[in-house]
Order: sequence, then structure tokens, then C-alpha cells
Amino acid sequence: MFVPVTMQLLGGFWETLKVFSLTLLFSLPLGLVVSFGSMSKFTPLRVLVKGFVWIIRGTPLMLQLIIIFYGPGLVFGLPAMPRFTATILAFTINYACYFSEIYRGGIESIPKGQYEAGQVLGMTKSQIFFKVVLLQVIKRILAPISNEVITLVKDTSLARIIGIYEIIWAGESFIKKGLIWPLFYTGIFYLVFSGLLTIFFGRMEKKLDYFRG
Amino acid sequence: MAVLEVKKIKKSFGGLDVLKDVSFSLEEGQVLTIIGSSGSGKTTLLRCLNFLETADEGQILVNGKLLTGSHLTEEQIRENRLHFGLVFQNFNLFPQYTVLQNITLAPTLLKQGSQEEIQKKAMELLDKVGLTQKKDAYPCQLSGGQQQRVAIARALALNPQVLCFDEPTSALDPELTGEVLRVIRGLKEQNTTMIVVTHEMDFARSVADVVIYMADGVIEEMGTPEEVFDHPVSEKTRHFIQGTQQAF
Ligand SMILES: Nc1ncnc2c1ncn2[C@@H]1O[C@H](COP(=O)(O)OP(=O)(O)OP(=O)(O)O)[C@@H](O)[C@H]1O
Ligand SMILES: [Mg+2]
Repeated sequence: MFVPVTMQLLGGFWETLKVFSLTLLFSLPLGLVVSFGSMSKFTPLRVLVKGFVWIIRGTPLMLQLIIIFYGPGLVFGLPAMPRFTATILAFTINYACYFSEIYRGGIESIPKGQYEAGQVLGMTKSQIFFKVVLLQVIKRILAPISNEVITLVKDTSLARIIGIYEIIWAGESFIKKGLIWPLFYTGIFYLVFSGLLTIFFGRMEKKLDYFRG
Repeated sequence: MAVLEVKKIKKSFGGLDVLKDVSFSLEEGQVLTIIGSSGSGKTTLLRCLNFLETADEGQILVNGKLLTGSHLTEEQIRENRLHFGLVFQNFNLFPQYTVLQNITLAPTLLKQGSQEEIQKKAMELLDKVGLTQKKDAYPCQLSGGQQQRVAIARALALNPQVLCFDEPTSALDPELTGEVLRVIRGLKEQNTTMIVVTHEMDFARSVADVVIYMADGVIEEMGTPEEVFDHPVSEKTRHFIQGTQQAF
């Protein structure tokens, strides 16, 4: 039984992995854009973005998934999005909002003197951001980002609500055959995966240990 | 002709008039020291010169070229800044870069010559501030005095016409001020035009060609060190000078 169960779970895990990596790929940069919006000096934009972030962070991801998948069809009569696209869309928006708050905290914690030193040396705004500030921000936000990423590993299981055949669904399907251990087995997948991520982020933190600031 | 002319600079924050009609000029190679009590507007003046603040009124000219105006683009402001250098009270070195990289970063981004030239110049500057052997250290591995000397080298790397210092030693332990002041003195010998805001009265007197005493946003007294320290005209200045002497 072990080999077929493993094969089945690997199939589910592949879906999990796809949701996980595509979400990160899109939401990490999108979060930066959102954070710039939430720090904008243009008040209407800032209020709008902050309001949006509040709504996304204040409601369950499960609800957002359902609304994004069924909403456009029910409200506007549009053809349904593919399940997978809807999943990535919902996860990306949700995680971009969480990341944006982490970025904002990191960016705002950099002393004003760093920007001013760059300005006085004739650097442009973008040179100051990318060459002076960014690495310092990354160092400061690494721990909260790694928390969020590990949460994402587990949140991917929510995608089953709109029919994504992820690993827990795969494990659960053995219950009707009277098998409980495949469910524990899925837990091992999660543990190993988040363990690897923990090691990865630990290494990154070590890499940035060479400077203080 | 004067390198720097400052004419009737005014600056207020909210309702608070911090600079009220400040004018002075500076010749090539001269050192100006600015003294004055806390809140008199010294830092604000330096920040206006470096365009970290925009003066509400008045003009700033370098070598006869007008740098102030109401419709400057970001690009123009950035170019204008390059006439000035600023050394901060708390150094503001870039922590993720080595000493050498701190100095070469801006010249590299501004494409001021080949990488070889930039590196060579940076090493010369490090030699000038006595930190050649620390070129690969990170700021967190240096003492405050060493960090401030790197900051001076970093500012010099862009060849500013006027180098400004805002209390360069006041964040340092007393035993570390000497090394920084010696570097500034050395720059004077090489004819660097400088404006130094400082609370170190002996230094302000000995390094200066011109001294300004600021009070409440105006230049209360301006003159040679002898004039300002020994024969002040204004009652306020006399009071301030006496106060600083009694402190010791
Ligand atoms: N960005 C600002 N917003 C509002 N008020 C400011 C700002 N910058 C400076 N001020 C005010 O302007 C006045 C002059 O400040 P400034 O820092 O120029 O004084 P200073 O002479 O450098 O004093 P110190 O010797 O303490 O450094 C102070 O009353 C200060 O509170
Ligand atoms: Mg000051």
C-alpha cells in the first residue's frame, strides 16, 4: 500500500508546491508595490490602498478564494475562471497585502540619515532605495517574511475549497478505504518542507550577519 | 570672487522662523566655523546649503552660479547638491558596505571616471584620513572616530566645492574627538573650503578664518576669531562666549 499512497500524495503535493511557489513569485514583488502605495504622499491613493489591505487582512483567505472563484460569474455573468488561476489570484492578493505591511515596517524603520547621506552624495531616489536601503530592509524583514512563508505552506490546503486537489485532499481520500496513516503521512510532507524552508531562511540570516544596521 | 555667497536666506517650519535673513560669503580655501546655542538654526542652515531643506527665500550662489530658485527639477537639485558635501553628526555610513565601498559607491553611481580611477582616488582619501589598513572593514567594526573619518573621505570623493560639517565630534567619546579634528585641520592646510558647525570652542577658534555666532536664526556676530572671541561687539555674543568659558 505504501507505494501507491506515496504516489497519490506526491501528486497532491505537486499541486501544493505549485500554489506555494507561484504565490510567492507574484506576491513578493506585488507586496512591494502595495507597500509603496500605502506609504504614498498622495492621500487618496494611500487611503485606498490601506483600506484594501485592511479588508484583505481582516477577512479569511477561504472567503476570498470563494468570492474570487464564484463572484465574477454570479455578479457579472462572466465565464468562470479556471480553478487554478482563481487560487493563484486569491493567494497572491492575500499574501501581497501581508508582505506589504512587513515591507512598510522595514522601510520605515530605516533611519532618515541613510536617505539623507545618499541624497547629499547626489544619488537618485531609486539609487538610494536599491543601493543603500534595500539590503538593510531585507535584513530587518527576513524573520517576519519567513514566518509568513511558512504559514503559506500550510495555507495552501485551503485551495481544496474550490477544488484544487492538494495533498491533504489526497491523504483524506484514503479514509474511505479505512486508512488513517496516509493523513499522518501528509503531515510529514509539511514538516519536511517547512523544515527545509527554516534551514533556508536561517542560512539567509547568517549571510546578512556580516553587518549591523 | 567668493566661492560661496549666501544671500538673505529665510526658513520657517510651520509658524516657527528658524532662519531669518542669513547672509554671508566665503572665499576659496577659507574655513568658516559656526557657533551658537542649541536651536539657533545652525543645522537648518547647513541643510539648506545641501538642499535637504529648501530655503523659503534668499539665494545661494557657488562661484557666481545661482543654485536656488522656485522651479528646480529633482535632477537640478541633485546637481546643485554636488557643489556641497555634508558630514553628519552621526556619520550615516552605509552599514552593508566596506569602508572602501562606502567611499566608491557614489562616484561609481555618478559615473565619475573609470573604476580604476575611482578606486585609486578612494585609497588616496583613505590615506588622507589615516585609515588605509581599514579599507575592508565594515562600519560596525570601527570606532566612532574612525567612522567619522570614513564619512569625511566619502564626502571628499565627490570633490565638493564647500565641505560642511554638522557637529562632527559631538557623537564621539572625548578621547576620539582629537583624531577627527586633526583630519579637518589637515584639510584646511590643503585649502579645502569648509563650514564647520561645532561646540568645540578651542577648535572653532583655532581652525577658523571666519567665525559666525548664530542666535535665534540670525547671524548675531561675524568676524575673525579674534574679533568674535576676544572683542565681540554684541552683548549676546559676549554672554555666550563667557558662558562657554565658565563651563570649564
Ligand atoms: N524639520 C523640522 N520641523 C520643525 N521644526 C524644526 C525642524 N528642523 C528644525 N526645527 C526647529 O528649528 C529650530 C532650529 O533647529 P536646528 O536644528 O537648526 O538648531 P541647531 O542650531 O542646529 O541646534 P543644535 O545645537 O541643538 O544642533 C529648532 O527650534 C528646531 O526645533
Ligand atoms: Mg544642530
